[in-house]
Amino acid sequence: MSKKTRITGAEAVIRCLLEEGVDLIYGYPGGAIMPVYDELYKYQDKLTHILTRHEQGATHAAQGYARTSGKVGVAIATSGPGATNLVTGIADAQIDSTPMVCITGQVASHLLGSDAFQETDIIGISTPVTKWNIQVTKAEDIPAVMAKAFYIARSGRPGPVLVDITKDAQFSEFDFSYEKCKGVRSYKAIPKTEPQSLKDAAALINEAKKPMIVWGQGIILGEAEKEFKSFVEKTGIPSAWTILGVSALETAHPLNIGMVGMHGNYGPNKLTNECDLLIAIGMRFDDRVTGNLETYAKQAKVIHFEIDPAEISKNVYADVAVMGSVKTTLADILPFVDKKSHDSWLEEFYAFDKIEQEKVIQEELYPSKEGISMGEVIRNINEGTKGDAVIVTDVGQHQMMAIRYAKFVKSKSNVTSGGLGTMGFALPAAIGAKMGAPNRQVIAVIGDGGYQMTIQELGTIFQNKTGVKIVILNNEFLGMVRQWQELFFENRYASTEMTNPDFVKIAEGYHIPANRVTERANLADAVKTMLETDGPYFLEVCVEKENNVFPMIPTGASVSDIRLS
Amino acid sequence: MEEDKKYYTISVYTENNIGLVNRISTIFLKRHVNLLSMTASESEIEDVYRFTILVKMTQEKVQKIVGQIEKQIEVIRAFYHTDEETISQETALYKVKSELLFDEPQIQNIIKRSGASIVTVNKKFFVISKTGRRIETEALHSALKPYGVLQFTRSGRIAVTKEAMNISEVLKDFDDID
Repeated sequence: MSKKTRITGAEAVIRCLLEEGVDLIYGYPGGAIMPVYDELYKYQDKLTHILTRHEQGATHAAQGYARTSGKVGVAIATSGPGATNLVTGIADAQIDSTPMVCITGQVASHLLGSDAFQETDIIGISTPVTKWNIQVTKAEDIPAVMAKAFYIARSGRPGPVLVDITKDAQFSEFDFSYEKCKGVRSYKAIPKTEPQSLKDAAALINEAKKPMIVWGQGIILGEAEKEFKSFVEKTGIPSAWTILGVSALETAHPLNIGMVGMHGNYGPNKLTNECDLLIAIGMRFDDRVTGNLETYAKQAKVIHFEIDPAEISKNVYADVAVMGSVKTTLADILPFVDKKSHDSWLEEFYAFDKIEQEKVIQEELYPSKEGISMGEVIRNINEGTKGDAVIVTDVGQHQMMAIRYAKFVKSKSNVTSGGLGTMGFALPAAIGAKMGAPNRQVIAVIGDGGYQMTIQELGTIFQNKTGVKIVILNNEFLGMVRQWQELFFENRYASTEMTNPDFVKIAEGYHIPANRVTERANLADAVKTMLETDGPYFLEVCVEKENNVFPMIPTGASVSDIRLS
Repeated sequence: MEEDKKYYTISVYTENNIGLVNRISTIFLKRHVNLLSMTASESEIEDVYRFTILVKMTQEKVQKIVGQIEKQIEVIRAFYHTDEETISQETALYKVKSELLFDEPQIQNIIKRSGASIVTVNKKFFVISKTGRRIETEALHSALKPYGVLQFTRSGRIAVTKEAMNISEVLKDFDDID
């Protein structure tokens, strides 16, 4: 690295990234960010820039990278449309607590507020969807701002930060020095744990007859998988997960009783309203998890392990709130909890699972109908990967099927858009996921609708030879919307049927090896070939057009009113 | 629900930051809450600013909103208080035609009784200022209305709380953890 200290703001941006340990960023150049790109050219041996085909792709790729690597994802774009195109990814990262730093160019400071070419108030626009954002108009402010940006993005409950840098600040020179941010006066990343809360929680846990755990992504973000497993195994408590929590505890663990929520498993949803103690760990009681709050776990005491004070009693009243990082609090509570097993209570979950197996799962994984089901595609993938793969999903029916049926053996193995439900997320996110975990098999499972929202990122995959496997579950419908139309809108299929292009030809146009499966007989081999092919691969599976995802809790219904058909 | 709604004064101590007004107001916007008033000023501590926000809502909702305000990076602490827990004032200005002072002897009585002061008088108009609680500034407005008020405006609420805020200690606490 250059030893000179008098550098431009643009070079300072790069030097700050290197100081923060960043070696990979995603972005798209344009007028107001060109000085930074010029420096990227000079620093290309130290900092890799991946050119996505759309700025939204850069944010999702940065998210995917963050989710599999545990590091901060970085996306960079120009002013105006470049900046506004980042907004969906930023909102997605905000609601799913993904650490990300976005850098945008801005028109020169003397033009601010004048409706200059490609000027947009990205600070105003991004405020509701960022953990923090700031505009920089002076080069000398860049190091401190960047240090603060990374600190805020990764600490506490992580989230996206946007740094908007005017073009004159990028051009002007100053004396560079860098100091990492160790704290921000008005921001407490990790709240203090009240020792009494641990004792109160332990007392409730020790006396509970029918306790149940619901864990979320907090376990993964807090890297508390080990502490969590020790806690679950010592207390013997049946444990269910939210969509973003999946893979924190292996699928096959006997105390892993499945997913809660709208398309979750039968047992954990039903028994949420039977348990006497609900232990929420690193989750936020999203409405897709709770259904109708008026009838959600009213009989149970609630313990909430949480890092964000604003989540306590936001949706569900917490009798005991254990504030802090779950990595610490779960370790600290362990000596206070009794070693126990809850065999007959656990049997109740298994009994519900038996019903779900018979009424839903068996037919989904081994269909008796002629058409291919989404579930059997996932089953074939499981058989090929033995659960050791990163599954990236988009949003919709295929997402629910993938999450429900994929087997996981290690953490950080699922990347999905949970809170925002962003169609188009998966393809670019898979690029980042693969780069964040280059030695792992990364499989993007995508519907034919969402795929076409960011399909241009095939160009990024082709250019960088990114070894992601793309599986399109093609039902020629916006399947989840169609399912709702069937169930709640008397089959009026308004604008959900799609006439699709030849996806195989499109992939081949990008020189990505591609295959299409239309019959069950060819499915296993096709999946096998895909997994064995080096580099990227595209597999389209034409699935049954009008299958539904069950179980299902209709919007506004109680978790105990979960339907099997 | 309507009867559970009360006036709450939200006090937000912050670092000085350009985007913060937007960041705080967007939290109200998201929940479709109308801000009855919002005032920003320095606080008792150097370099610490204070927003005073007046809202009418349920306690449950104000508690959640204050939690979400406090979560913002540059917010040091946020509090909410009922009217009983605060001492609050608003200032109103009333512009009235000067000839009324001479033609309508009642006006002078109204001003005297209300404890308002006259800020300025010239040949055309005079300006009355009244500082007090909302009910007092409103009463004066109603009293003057029959005679014709050329202009009326009222400031946002400012309030201090009966309980101590201890912001200095909160700031020290932030320093301690890092």
